[in-house]
Amino acid sequence: MKKEKTTTDQPRWADLGLSDQKLISMYRDMLLIRRFEERSAQEYGKGKIGGFCHLYIGQEATGVGAIAALRDDDFIYTAYRDHGQALARGMSAKECMAELFGKVTGVSKGIGGSMHFYDLSKGFMGGWGIVGGHPPLAAGTAFATKYQGRDSVTICFMGEASTNQGVVHETLNMAELWRLPVIFITENNGYGMGTAISRAMAGENLYDKAAGYLMNRGAVNGMDVIDMYREMKKAIHLARTEFRPTFLEARTYRYRGHSMSDPGQYRTKEEIEEYKKKDPIETFAKELLQWGVLTEAALERMEEEIKTEVQEAVEFADASPQPPLEMLHQNVYA
Amino acid sequence: MAILQIREAINQAIAEEMDRDPGVFIMGEEVAQYNGAYKVTQGLWKKYGDKRVIDTPITEAGFAGIGIGAAMAGIGVRPIVEMMTWNFAILAFDQIINHAAKARYMSAGQFKVPIVFRGPNGPAHMLGAQHSQALESMMAHVPGLIVMTPSTPYDAKGMLKSAIRDDNPVIFMESELMYGQKGEVPDGEYLIPVGKGDIKREGTDVTIIAWTKMVAVALKAAAELEKEGISAEVLDPRTLRPLDEELIIASVKKTNRAVIVEDSWPFASVGTEIAHRIHTIAFDHLDAPVEKINGADVPMPYAENLEHEAMPSPEKVIAAVKRVLYR
Repeated sequence: MKKEKTTTDQPRWADLGLSDQKLISMYRDMLLIRRFEERSAQEYGKGKIGGFCHLYIGQEATGVGAIAALRDDDFIYTAYRDHGQALARGMSAKECMAELFGKVTGVSKGIGGSMHFYDLSKGFMGGWGIVGGHPPLAAGTAFATKYQGRDSVTICFMGEASTNQGVVHETLNMAELWRLPVIFITENNGYGMGTAISRAMAGENLYDKAAGYLMNRGAVNGMDVIDMYREMKKAIHLARTEFRPTFLEARTYRYRGHSMSDPGQYRTKEEIEEYKKKDPIETFAKELLQWGVLTEAALERMEEEIKTEVQEAVEFADASPQPPLEMLHQNVYA
Repeated sequence: MAILQIREAINQAIAEEMDRDPGVFIMGEEVAQYNGAYKVTQGLWKKYGDKRVIDTPITEAGFAGIGIGAAMAGIGVRPIVEMMTWNFAILAFDQIINHAAKARYMSAGQFKVPIVFRGPNGPAHMLGAQHSQALESMMAHVPGLIVMTPSTPYDAKGMLKSAIRDDNPVIFMESELMYGQKGEVPDGEYLIPVGKGDIKREGTDVTIIAWTKMVAVALKAAAELEKEGISAEVLDPRTLRPLDEELIIASVKKTNRAVIVEDSWPFASVGTEIAHRIHTIAFDHLDAPVEKINGADVPMPYAENLEHEAMPSPEKVIAAVKRVLYR
């Protein structure tokens, strides 16, 4: 990450053509995810949310920066830590929270749950729970758009631990072999559940795994929404114009446990505090203030708005009905 | 009316559907330039080219998943994924069971998954344990999947065309030993709907239920039994999920006796489910408990004599029929 204030008097995003409005919306998306997830943790503690619940806190810049670079007709796949990407794609906090509460008003009508958010109308293809299981699907959707002569791209978020799975390598091989317009974003938060990546992976750099397939590849600071956006723009351009896939390692960090049931004994408090100093939301806020994109007053207003939005989401979820019993047998077959 | 091999009937079905719908394509190991490991896709690559007839690396899970993701995009793509054999498709079960079968349900109906996974299933001849197993019961166990198992060229063509047009993931299980089997296939277009069984031979004394390769075994047994004055009906469910329960129950109500023949292992098999349904739905019509003839409950041995011993045979079916007839 470059430090600001080099020789130029322009912000470091000056070359990206980002309007103030777009910058503000990227910031707002990150803040909404942070507050949504904090509230999810509370509601989980109250027993309103069941099962597994994997929070995106700390990784907001990765999802928001990547999704901000997409078009509406592009497709998104992700693993089970999917709340953040769904919100970044414009799925409403109300419907997302209702899904966590297992209510019929949820994004998957309460049938999917925390790990299975979907909105086909927004190209949000989910929300998948088997580590390394969904990257082939993402390559398949990229295959379909190319087959049909479209110039959509498909992006695939996946955890760093999934890159040890065999099927991920099968997918990387075919994606490059067949020149599929797909971008694999490996969110490297350092831990596959409680196992540090260094204890699970031979080799040093995650993105080296794509080297054997001669795929375009690299690492990016996933704690920086602008860096993320910039690298994604390049990858998207390659995919859209030349059908070239990319393997992008986004180096990020999750502040909370793997899931809500994680005691977190595999890492130190100091390590977590160190990352919090590089918090993607705080650092971006400082920059936006510095360049006059936002004022302190506007930030405070936004904080209030989001607080209300999340509160209303919880009230909506709470007040919504559970799925009717007849839904048990619906949608098994088309 | 042409006389075709099953492989030719399947080939025709694929070609007709590819002509009808440009969104249909086929991918798999050796399907293109090699013309198919069992020559099912003979000539398709030449006719349709690289775009629609695609050789894959030997990575069953990977290309199964690519097919699923292509089908899920909802932009008119209908993949046919050939598995060189279902033995190898076991590598892709995570993709089929955890992804294809569940995408629609988990998304509360947002996705359709119009895809066919097809290839030979069941023991062939002296291939040893890893290449000789009937896996239809494992697939039929899974809600969200359709499982079809043709036994004649006529059925194979009409069933596969329906499978390709279906908006659900279809598991289409053929038989290596049957690809050369010949039969009449009409010249014009026809479809055999999903979920419809067929009476392969009418009879009055006992219903023998069998699919794919076991239909021939059942028919052979029925011909022998006829010599002894026993009239056996042979029923082929054709689709195992959803099961044509109506046809099965109607036949058993007529004959009052049933024998199920399958070359899969016996434990928790499709035959077990059929027997259960007959016992619970048609209990009052039964004159004897339902009998089940299976492959032996062992991994398949290589030695010819042991392999023969492990497989259902007309003799074993005849003995079972006589047991339910108390003769």
